[in-house]
Amino acid sequence: MDTTHHHILQVSGLKKYFPIRRGFFQRTSGWVKAVDGVDLEIEKGQTLGLVGESGCGKSTIARLILKLLQTDSGKILFQNQDITGISEKEMKPVRKEMQIVFQDPYGSLNPRMSIGASIEEGLRIAGIPGGRTRQDRLAYLLEMVGLSPDNADRYPHEFSGGQRQRIGIARALSVEPSLILCDEPISALDVSIQAQIINLLKDLQEKLGLSYLFISHDLNVVGYLCNTVSVMYKGHIMEHAPADQLFATPRHPYTLSLLSAIPDVEPVGEKQPQPILREGQSIAEPTTGCKFQEHCAWVDAPCRDGLVPLQEVDKKHLVRCWKEAHR
Amino acid sequence: MTPTEKNRPAPGNRLDKPLTPKRSRLEEFWALFRKNRLAIAGLIIFILFFATALAGLFLTSGQNPVFDPAQIRLQEKLRPPMAKANLNSLYPADVPRLGIYLFGTDDLGRDVFARMLQGAWVSLTVGFVAVGISVFIGIFMGGIAGYFGQILLKMDHILISGLMVAGIAFMVTDWVLPGILFFILAVVFLLYTVRAKKNARNLAKPAGSGFLEINAFSIDTLIMRIVDIMICFPSFFLILTVVALLPASIYNIMIVIGLTSWMGATRFVRAEFLSLREQDFVAAAKALGVGNLRIIFRHMMPNAIAPVLVSATIGIASAILTEAGLSFLGFGVPPPHATWGNIISDGKRFIFDAPWLTFIPGIAILVVVLSFNLFGEGLRDALNPKLRERH
Amino acid sequence: MEPNDHPLISVQDLKVYFQGDFETARAVDGVSFEVCPEEMVCLVGESGCGKTVTALSILGLVAIPPGRIAGGKILFKGENLLDFSESDFQKIRGNHIAMVFQEPLTSLNPVFTIEDQIGEAIKIHKHIEGEPLRERCIQLLQDVGIPSAAERLHDYPHQLSGGQRQRVMIAMALACDPDLIIADEPTTALDVTVQAQILQLFRSLQKKRAMSVLYITHDLGVVANIAQRVYVMYASVIVEQGKAGHIFSKAQHPYTQGLLASLPTRSKRGKRLYSIPGTVPNPAHKPAGCPFHPRCPYAIERCRSQFPELCDYGDGHLARCPVLFKRKQETGKNISQR
Repeated sequence: MDTTHHHILQVSGLKKYFPIRRGFFQRTSGWVKAVDGVDLEIEKGQTLGLVGESGCGKSTIARLILKLLQTDSGKILFQNQDITGISEKEMKPVRKEMQIVFQDPYGSLNPRMSIGASIEEGLRIAGIPGGRTRQDRLAYLLEMVGLSPDNADRYPHEFSGGQRQRIGIARALSVEPSLILCDEPISALDVSIQAQIINLLKDLQEKLGLSYLFISHDLNVVGYLCNTVSVMYKGHIMEHAPADQLFATPRHPYTLSLLSAIPDVEPVGEKQPQPILREGQSIAEPTTGCKFQEHCAWVDAPCRDGLVPLQEVDKKHLVRCWKEAHR
Repeated sequence: MTPTEKNRPAPGNRLDKPLTPKRSRLEEFWALFRKNRLAIAGLIIFILFFATALAGLFLTSGQNPVFDPAQIRLQEKLRPPMAKANLNSLYPADVPRLGIYLFGTDDLGRDVFARMLQGAWVSLTVGFVAVGISVFIGIFMGGIAGYFGQILLKMDHILISGLMVAGIAFMVTDWVLPGILFFILAVVFLLYTVRAKKNARNLAKPAGSGFLEINAFSIDTLIMRIVDIMICFPSFFLILTVVALLPASIYNIMIVIGLTSWMGATRFVRAEFLSLREQDFVAAAKALGVGNLRIIFRHMMPNAIAPVLVSATIGIASAILTEAGLSFLGFGVPPPHATWGNIISDGKRFIFDAPWLTFIPGIAILVVVLSFNLFGEGLRDALNPKLRERH
Repeated sequence: MEPNDHPLISVQDLKVYFQGDFETARAVDGVSFEVCPEEMVCLVGESGCGKTVTALSILGLVAIPPGRIAGGKILFKGENLLDFSESDFQKIRGNHIAMVFQEPLTSLNPVFTIEDQIGEAIKIHKHIEGEPLRERCIQLLQDVGIPSAAERLHDYPHQLSGGQRQRVMIAMALACDPDLIIADEPTTALDVTVQAQILQLFRSLQKKRAMSVLYITHDLGVVANIAQRVYVMYASVIVEQGKAGHIFSKAQHPYTQGLLASLPTRSKRGKRLYSIPGTVPNPAHKPAGCPFHPRCPYAIERCRSQFPELCDYGDGHLARCPVLFKRKQETGKNISQR
């Protein structure tokens, strides 16, 4: 990818290790490698899906990009500016450009602030002068996410999950960002509401030219919504491809097991279990080699030796698998 | 993106309003609070107490008060409650306003009813001001410990602040010269380290080098150990000591009680903050770019304040008791000003002859303290978020 | 098999109401369904539709104030469970009817070993102890697919992964060979690969042990995967029921159709997702007439005032929408939404 001016976000070599402290003196006995060398790219106006199961590190990445957590190493380029090491003061104007929508609609809004006040915090930061202008902009934002502005003085507990998620989106939009990180925004919602939020996100992307990093464990939604997809497992990106390609020709064994595990509505009948996944013998992580070796049915000697790099197996299709790369 | 007709969403996109009629938070709170009868009783008594104290302030002060608490009538001493004033032995000006001594008289013939009214105001102000001070300090300390907790203090910070505090302490206690010396040392040191840090940034010197860069302990540890130290002091004796050393005045008492009872509020606030800090809405505020102080006081504090409010109401009761205890021991508000504690104190010699001097203020203190406690518990139940969450 | 011939459990017009401060929430409002022997039945619905309360009331686990049974019968092997006392319930819980809950993390007691927890029900109901008990526990663990079962017996819940904990929960449910297992969203909290394994486990266990399963979920994909018959719940009533094949290929209630149309799949990529407008009604403020009418594209005047009856499409397929039924009868064609 050399046309860097088309990318709104470029992440390379991102690492975040959490220390495991044991003992009376809190010695560091080991590390949880939540994010272990991750590269990501998002083109302007596009959606990158980040897929993985719980514990793979995808939520950590969102916080690292937003600088809510300190990176241990790696580089984050946002709108061609290196924001990795900058101070909080320098970060403040950048914060307006990237926002986040959270998974839990019940924890993401301050229960003691009216929803209008929550959204107005963003308007304040965006420099919208107080009084009439701010009220108008607040009403506009609420309408844009499909809520009536009369409800601005109500409190979060008076709304349903889907409505709270809309409020969260309105808050994110209040500072007029160009990139929105969506951290499992629909996982906690009812099925009939999920479609509403997905449509809303799509509409907003078209109207406002937003770029999204869509983090989810639900491959169906990702397949529907995203332009490109990265599949993550235990801190590593295992596969990356344009969405069509990923679903048409998945290459990595983990991707294959994910795809086959999704209960599908369309074919009715029994699903055969996939031979790719096997029950791990231990919960501990392998210290060398591919992180997937414990569960992979194709595991072989090279998988245990050293970390396999991401390799291009097809146009824009990258896979981290020794077997696939040598086909 | 400025609002234009193109951007405006189609009217058909508007969704349903929330499903219940609007009720303000106050209404909801009141509905929950109302259910607890004891708490309502507590609230009513509290309101009565407040009214009495306020009335008492006006009725017993000034040159010619309606009820005179200081009027000595030696010929009428130790009269029982509801006793009629002996008009023959009194000057007309000395006759009690209602013609009877509602609560009797003490050993100097002073009208106990008037003295109770005067004392009510003292109890009220001591309670509220002391608790106000302790809550104020507690919120600050707790908020900083809870929010910034993990930030480690380096040795250089500690050295500088230590020198400064020592300097100020010396200056205050009249060893001016060493005080100024310490202070200047601190300032010099501060300038030196600031300069060194600037240079270090240019040279990209790794942190952790040198004694001064060592991470000593976190702010959380510092504040909580101060709290632990304060808790170790038996507070009543500390108050007693301070009050005995300082000139006797109602203000000193209030301040001292306040300064020795902030620890509970600190712990409550810190505990709430530790869990609030992990919540998504705090992360959202940070992601918006809201400053730390605003996050602490505008975003997080309203969520953390509930246990503090509850402990504050109970703290008022405790402050009233402390003041009564101090007065009883003779260290409270100086005479002839009446407080409920010193009425009991004056009456202790006559406990068999004139038991009303002990029982009346004693029961009054009991009722007020009880009412505050009940009110505080009712408040805690009504503010409990678990009961309010609908989903 | 056909429903209605000697069902194992038959819920008839069940009504469970909850008394709040200001209003009464009608969590279950006239629900009827059946589970036959050796059958896998799914109860599908979104949050707030009353499916969990329905399941809990079968085992008498609904908190009686503020809840109350306002009507109906639950017939299990000829007896009405709603007449049971607490001690009667204790004889059937874990023994004839067992339950698997949603959160394996909190459903297992952290201070007891796996062996203790699985063995407890067996001890109480079958009065087996000691070595035979231990062997039975090992057998159960193997049945649910936990490797090295004998060593695992002495583990504590926190030493197992989420999927393994759920398997232990299932083993606990199977301990006394129940006739019916009620599973309340057992895989919602699990990763999708683990979920696939657990669903597979349910399928194989149901066949091997010839027992019935009432599987409660909100995930239509799961339903498609394992159900033989399906009941769709909305706003405390059943709106559609039938064989799984019928429900998915020719759903006849606008809500079911809307749900299926709003599922995001790769085949819908690039097209706008259908979404059912509005939100699920509050159980205390349900609309008059058909509970779905404010959100329904086919609603007519009578839907606003008359509660619709179930219409029979044959072969056990019923739907609570007379409007679509009439259209089907008139045109002979299935109406579905895009």
